[in-house]
Amino acid sequence: MIPFQYTKANNVADAVRLIAATSGAKFIAGGTNLLDLMKDNVERPTTLIDISRLPLGSVEETASGGLRIGALVPNSDLAWHPLIEKRYPLVASAILAGASQQLRNMASTGGNLVQRTRCAYFYDTATACNKRQPGSGCSAVNGINRGHAILGASTSCIATHPSDMCVALAALDATVHVTGSNGARAIPFADFHRLPGDTPHIDTNLGPDEIITAVEVPAKGFATNYSYLKIRDRMSYAFALVSVAAALELKDGTIQEARLALGGVAHKPWRDPAAEAALRGQAAEEASFARAADLLLRDARPQTHNGFKVDLARRAIIRTLTQAAHGTPQSQSNKTIQ
Amino acid sequence: MSMANNTAKTYTGTATSRVDGRAKVTGAAKYAGDFNEGGLAYGAVVEATIARGRITRIDASEARSVPGVIDVITHENRPRVADSDKAWKDDVAPEEGSPFRPLYDDAIKFNQQPIALVVAEEWEIARYAASLVRVDYEKQAFVTDVYRKRDDAIVVEKPDKPRGDAAKAFAAADVRHEADYFIPTEHHNPMELFATTAMWEAGGPLTVYDKTQGVQNVQQYLCSVFEKKSEEIRVVSPYVGGAFGSGLRPQYQVVLVVMAALKLQRSVRLVLTRQQMYGLGYRPATIERLALGARRDGTLDTITHEAVGTTSQFEEFSRNDTGWSALLYTSPNARYEHRVAPLDVPTSCDMRAPGAATGVYALESAMDELAVALKMDPVELRLRCYSDRDQNEDLPYTSKRLRECYREGAAAFGWDKRKAEPRSMRDGKTLVGWGMASGVWEALQMPTAVRIVMTANGHAEVSCAASDIGTGTYTIMAQVAADSLGLPIENISVKLADSTLPKAPVEGGSWIAASACHAVIATASEVRSELLRLAKLMKGSPLADTVEEDVALSDGKLVSRTQTDRGVSISDIMRHGALERIEKEKTNQVADDKAHARNTHSAVFAEVKVDEQLGVIRVTRVVSAVAAGRILNLKTGRSQVMGAVVGGIGMALHEETVYDHGLGRIVNHDIAEYHVPVNADIHDIEVIFVDEPDSLINPLGIKGLGEIGIVGVAAAVANAVYHATGVRVRDLPITLDKVLERRKAA
Ligand SMILES: Cc1cc2nc3c(=O)[nH]c(=O)nc-3n(C[C@H](O)[C@H](O)[C@H](O)COP(=O)(O)OP(=O)(O)OC[C@H]3O[C@@H](n4cnc5c(N)ncnc54)[C@H](O)[C@@H]3O)c2cc1C
Ligand code: SF4
Repeated sequence: MIPFQYTKANNVADAVRLIAATSGAKFIAGGTNLLDLMKDNVERPTTLIDISRLPLGSVEETASGGLRIGALVPNSDLAWHPLIEKRYPLVASAILAGASQQLRNMASTGGNLVQRTRCAYFYDTATACNKRQPGSGCSAVNGINRGHAILGASTSCIATHPSDMCVALAALDATVHVTGSNGARAIPFADFHRLPGDTPHIDTNLGPDEIITAVEVPAKGFATNYSYLKIRDRMSYAFALVSVAAALELKDGTIQEARLALGGVAHKPWRDPAAEAALRGQAAEEASFARAADLLLRDARPQTHNGFKVDLARRAIIRTLTQAAHGTPQSQSNKTIQ
Repeated sequence: MSMANNTAKTYTGTATSRVDGRAKVTGAAKYAGDFNEGGLAYGAVVEATIARGRITRIDASEARSVPGVIDVITHENRPRVADSDKAWKDDVAPEEGSPFRPLYDDAIKFNQQPIALVVAEEWEIARYAASLVRVDYEKQAFVTDVYRKRDDAIVVEKPDKPRGDAAKAFAAADVRHEADYFIPTEHHNPMELFATTAMWEAGGPLTVYDKTQGVQNVQQYLCSVFEKKSEEIRVVSPYVGGAFGSGLRPQYQVVLVVMAALKLQRSVRLVLTRQQMYGLGYRPATIERLALGARRDGTLDTITHEAVGTTSQFEEFSRNDTGWSALLYTSPNARYEHRVAPLDVPTSCDMRAPGAATGVYALESAMDELAVALKMDPVELRLRCYSDRDQNEDLPYTSKRLRECYREGAAAFGWDKRKAEPRSMRDGKTLVGWGMASGVWEALQMPTAVRIVMTANGHAEVSCAASDIGTGTYTIMAQVAADSLGLPIENISVKLADSTLPKAPVEGGSWIAASACHAVIATASEVRSELLRLAKLMKGSPLADTVEEDVALSDGKLVSRTQTDRGVSISDIMRHGALERIEKEKTNQVADDKAHARNTHSAVFAEVKVDEQLGVIRVTRVVSAVAAGRILNLKTGRSQVMGAVVGGIGMALHEETVYDHGLGRIVNHDIAEYHVPVNADIHDIEVIFVDEPDSLINPLGIKGLGEIGIVGVAAAVANAVYHATGVRVRDLPITLDKVLERRKAA
């Protein structure tokens, strides 16, 4: 860890002013990701701008019937928020599938979006990593890549985005509200995270002087037919090998609308309009789910150690859609897979 | 036995709560990194980032210029240390080789090797400055993969002697099973980080608070390495937050701290980071080959067990992986071979049940495969080849109630309802699998000395240099002392793990319970003799003509066993003798019995549920039936076995130190990525202590319980996974991708 300055932002405008004026500064919210990276000398901010006291801690209903979730709402508060539990149980479920209770208590909504990959080489400054040090190479391509991407990767980086909550938010077509020197703007969730391309060091389209103020979910919460299924190497406190968020709108057993997002397979929560379109108008049954899965995975390119992910993702998609269709979502408390 | 009495409370054998429990949960218990004093300086380690080579330049100028940095110690400016291998050999060091010497020279022998110690006024400063030390290397070719050295691994002499002609019998056998099994490198990951605080005092001894399983081992090692007289260094380690074998040998942090304290004449503390803990010893990655041949009726004809384990390029570490079958199963033919593959990694070391956890995993997996080939129930097969003798030494056992372990374990588990066919048991969409395995470990004793100081107010201090690494040593010693001195347990205080206390071996091998408790009894009986001598001098003493054999201490009194109304209170005796205290020290008698084998045994039964499509595995039930002689404390004993079962489940499903062999570096060097089981992975664990009286092994019949609990668990789980899925995964850990892919391939 290198020496750094510490300052507190009093309001959003203040935070934006500070980040724009201080080179090498970073926001800190819950600190659960940033501090680990600082201890490993991966992140080396000159200044930490503490935003944890900003008034961005509430969950409010919007005029259009959705919810606006403040960027500082802790992950655990959000998961247990009555409106989220009732109207957006997919979000609650995804959050509870992640990290541990202690981490979720500290982790913020905004921080969860901006958390960085868990690629081991990214964390180890003794190795080459284009994301950490542009141009140094990617150790994972020829190294240990069991946890890495099978979709949307580039030759410069094959890392995955680790968040669970973001997979649900992507499925629900959330919007990210940000404020920067040039004022406020709204970023559709699908455009928030980037694919690595040849700039893997840039994870998101958040501007360098922008702060996330809120995440908005639209009115449609798919509270009846949804499921979040996370497949991992132990039952809790492990990142996803593959995770699936599925949400369906059904009428007489026929799919009216479908949402399908995957975690653990790409540099961002992975959605595929073609797969979702293929579900629309189909019977909610295994054959339809399998077709959608095949479509979504048609361009999957596994790495040396993660060939299993393609088939696992297919199976997980089918299972999650089945759970959603039956209204028997995956339980995140006892972890038994239905 | 001295503790026979029927009036007062008896502690030995009961579920007594930990005497150190309160100190631990309230934070009063101090660990090596907790000791404080003004003027403490803090160390931070700089590690090598290559697997093998030489340091060509080490530039600490930038680090030194950071305000608050006191010194940067490297091989170039370190103080003098001993330069013979012998001086660097601790009690637990492998016989062969040249122990690692931190900051000794420019040679890099493994990745994460310590190459500099930054010492600063504050920990944060030290850590920052450590990141500024610039190092240039001359890199050399390296190998970290045991498979790449399998064929030119070195034969070690340890294996037991062969019987008959194993190869010939194998060729002729009715039914054969032959396979390779693999256990990857595992790290101990104790909760407490390795830490040392050395308190420097002008003219006084250097007091070294160290995380270790053996304070006297560390003390002698430090004296020898730093060429000091015994009274110049004292090592203390009152509490240890888990070690599992990683604290048997002195670790490099203690050398660095003492080096800095002596050089700077200051008190110094160093706490390793979790990542740095992966630069220490580990359970060696081991390839095990088993070849079993049997008759159709399940009689074993032949066993071949070969192992190739990892060690460093500079020391040969290995433990007995291959000989365990001779303790479990009768077979006229047997051959064992153990080789080590020297790799560019630190020396491997003991980890809970070293050799057995790995070797018995392979053996018991192979036995399961043989049972499948024979179409025989796995318990039945084990009973058919049950051995009442240790065939390596051709000796009977002091006791062996393994049959009862099978029987009681199977009954508690409901084994008779098992359907033999794999994939034949289901619970909705999940496949259910039942597997079992045997466990075996040693029941050793070592000379251990205990001092008892009894004071006139009826309190006793019991002291010994042994460590309590979380196993419950404080508690069982207090129980046995309370019983043998006839005092309530509240009146006993136990002091452990100070190198100035009476001599004890390292806390390992499951030998401390039997050794220390018998030393307590031996010393208590000296105290009792002294009390009797004094009591006889009292005027009109009711014990005037009582003989030594007839007295016991009970309820604060010295009493006659046969005439229970005769007795004198301890305080009266001591007041009469004008004594404030009685102090005695004695070493336990380790019987020189060459006519018996001494072992603990177990039978482990496991249930797994496997999602057929997704491959997700849950261990829903484990029953572990253990025969380990007399159980001193049902509560701490049960905890030991439960913890060991959790360790075994981790071994089966989760634990693996992942190397990038191209870089020669560990990639999952933290406990977010190195998986051990979490609560959600653990369900019912039932521990059964099979009654096993043993009057031959030692007076109390104690065998020790620290390690037997893990042996066999990984095999039981692996066998259950096979029974559930029909897929035999022979390389641990059994992850869902292996199950899915091999099912597809089948
Ligand atoms: C051991 C471990 C296991 C974990 N397991 C999981 C898991 O299984 N699933 C999962 O989803 N997550 C997991 N996490 C990650 C956890 O969810 C994230 O660390 C957490 O959500 C980050 O939130 P934070 O508030 O602590 O962020 P911080 O650490 O404070 O910040 C993270 C980043 O976000 C930036 N940032 C924070 N807030 C804002 C804002 N409002 N605007 C702009 N930038 C901002 C910071 O500058 C920083 O770059 C795990 C973490 C750990 C340590
Ligand atoms: S996958 Fe990405 S994060 Fe990982 S080493 Fe390669 S460039 Fe770095």
